[in-house]
Amino acid sequence: MAFERVLTRNVGRAAARTVRGYRESGGYEALGRALKLDPGEIVEEVKRSGLRGRGGAGFPCGAKWGFVPRGTDRPKYIVCNADESEPGTFKDRLLMEHDPHQLIEGCVIAGRAVAANTTYIYIRGEYTHAARVLEEAIRDAYDQGVLGASVLGSGFRHDVYVHRGAGAYICGEETGMLESLEGKRGQPRVKPPFPAVVGAFGAPTVINNVETLCCVTHILQRGSEWFKSIGTDERNTGPKLYAISGHVERPGTYEYPIGVTFQELLDGCGGMYRGRALKAFIPGGASAPMLTAAESGIRMDFDNLAKAGSMLGSAAVIVMDETTCVVRAALRLARFFAHESCGQCTPCREGTNWMRLVLERIESGHGSEADLDLLARVVPNVGGISLCALGDAAQGPVKSLIEKFGDEIRDNLRNRRYPLPRVPFFDLGAVA
Amino acid sequence: MSDGGRNSLPAEVAAEIEALRPRYPTEEALLLPALHLMQKAAGGWLSQASIAAVAEHLGLPPSKVAGVVSFYDMFHEHPVGRHRVRLCTNLSCQLRGSDQLMDVLRAELGVGPGEVTGDGRCSWVEFECLGSCDTAPMAMIDDDYHENLTPDRLRAALKGLD
Ligand SMILES: Cc1cc2nc3c(=O)[nH]c(=O)nc-3n(C[C@H](O)[C@H](O)[C@H](O)COP(=O)(O)O)c2cc1C
Ligand code: SF4
Ligand code: FES
Repeated sequence: MAFERVLTRNVGRAAARTVRGYRESGGYEALGRALKLDPGEIVEEVKRSGLRGRGGAGFPCGAKWGFVPRGTDRPKYIVCNADESEPGTFKDRLLMEHDPHQLIEGCVIAGRAVAANTTYIYIRGEYTHAARVLEEAIRDAYDQGVLGASVLGSGFRHDVYVHRGAGAYICGEETGMLESLEGKRGQPRVKPPFPAVVGAFGAPTVINNVETLCCVTHILQRGSEWFKSIGTDERNTGPKLYAISGHVERPGTYEYPIGVTFQELLDGCGGMYRGRALKAFIPGGASAPMLTAAESGIRMDFDNLAKAGSMLGSAAVIVMDETTCVVRAALRLARFFAHESCGQCTPCREGTNWMRLVLERIESGHGSEADLDLLARVVPNVGGISLCALGDAAQGPVKSLIEKFGDEIRDNLRNRRYPLPRVPFFDLGAVA
Repeated sequence: MSDGGRNSLPAEVAAEIEALRPRYPTEEALLLPALHLMQKAAGGWLSQASIAAVAEHLGLPPSKVAGVVSFYDMFHEHPVGRHRVRLCTNLSCQLRGSDQLMDVLRAELGVGPGEVTGDGRCSWVEFECLGSCDTAPMAMIDDDYHENLTPDRLRAALKGLD
């Protein structure tokens, strides 16, 4: 597909990690432009672009910025969500490691738009390398006058700090993240108030994903019309990173116009591993319900995936071939959610564990069809009335397992086929 | 670590924490950075004394600090190996052979997940997705990612640890 890569244009170009090298690719021109605009105009430009959040929920970015109260002298904050802990997701790491200034530029533009003088980049604790790259880039940005008391000589102050998490998926949820930033256990808050009004340290706060902020940089560089011209329709606009893993020939992060079909993605990464048949794929990270081979023509954007009963989420595409036991796959994700539930809400705390236990029983060969029925009754009660979306997220894989593979599972249960034989990935004889 | 009943931080840890202070409007926000620094200085885990020292330095109740430590997977309340292996076993890694790598760890190290080898050299755990699914299966050994692992490459990485 003839498509100019934008977000990943500096991937593999080591020079881009310095301010000087970044400027060679037009870097910090967008910021210069933003500093000449009235903050309200920046917000309007981002609204017009149709940019929706790349962190999972797809919330319109400009609208979120518009919720921040104006005309107060109180401190305000930008918090960049670099927690990236959704299983299957690794796109933000690529952006930070290869093009840190693209992100820093987006942070400062966001700060300018809502009159915030500080950005915290909350990065998952395990990303030690990305954190180091960012720290170095930030130091360089201070030295070059891009950050600090007078950004590019404009008189606008902006500081950017890297804040490391410490291993907890729930800190990717925006209010869990704020609690964690404040030095507490990362347990999500009751909403409202929303972070745009009461966020970090009690101050108005904008929380955006890494990729979202990188998109902002290009919107200010090339304009909202350009951004809008890419994608499926006016609700699904712009370039998008897809992180593809599992049983494909060349797993990796691929940039496409949002709304590329799954089949195009698959072809673009060399097809299925060893030419095996596709059984199922997860289009948007562990929280997104699975889809089957019959659905591989689907457009990978917010609305088309929602219509199909799944979601774009973080656009982490996990591909499973015919050798995969889908019960075992769902069990692995159920274990993840049971481990990561923060425990504040009973449906989520208990429900995630129940799903795990029942799936374990089925997968290990100790289950019956009655267990599948039990699972079907448990799933709808795991989310809903709780403080955050983790419970809802945990339902996704299991719900789709029952809907899409129920007949197959019943057949396997009736014929006592579990546990299914595990196909080893490494041929130990050959690897030696 | 105890100084006449008072817990004190190693001077270099205290200095590093102080350097971060201007970044945050509250004392409490220094807690995660402080715990990372302390844990690194204290051999990879946080004893009661380490927790008390951090608490005292930041003027926080030790119970509060202990509660934060227990919440996060990267903070350890018990001794760990000099080298720590976090093997990702989440879905993308499972699909590409992390089961077999778990067998390799058991065989090579002779201990199960969460245990430390007799010589204190190594400990390993199963870990959730580490954001490197395109190079699955993978493991984080100390601060470094080891990607596209095969049983042999994992064995070689383990042999390379002092
Ligand atoms: C359990 C849970 C985990 C989340 N993890 C992440 C994450 O790792 N990274 C991220 O950007 N957003 C994550 N989100 C979404 C954030 O809450 C929030 O919507 C997002 O950071 C907003 O940024 P955006 O509008 O730019 O997408 C998570 C949400 C939930 C409920
Ligand atoms: S839904 Fe789950 S993870 Fe979210 S706040 Fe409630 S218990 Fe915690
Ligand atoms: S599943 Fe192993 S790194 Fe993501």
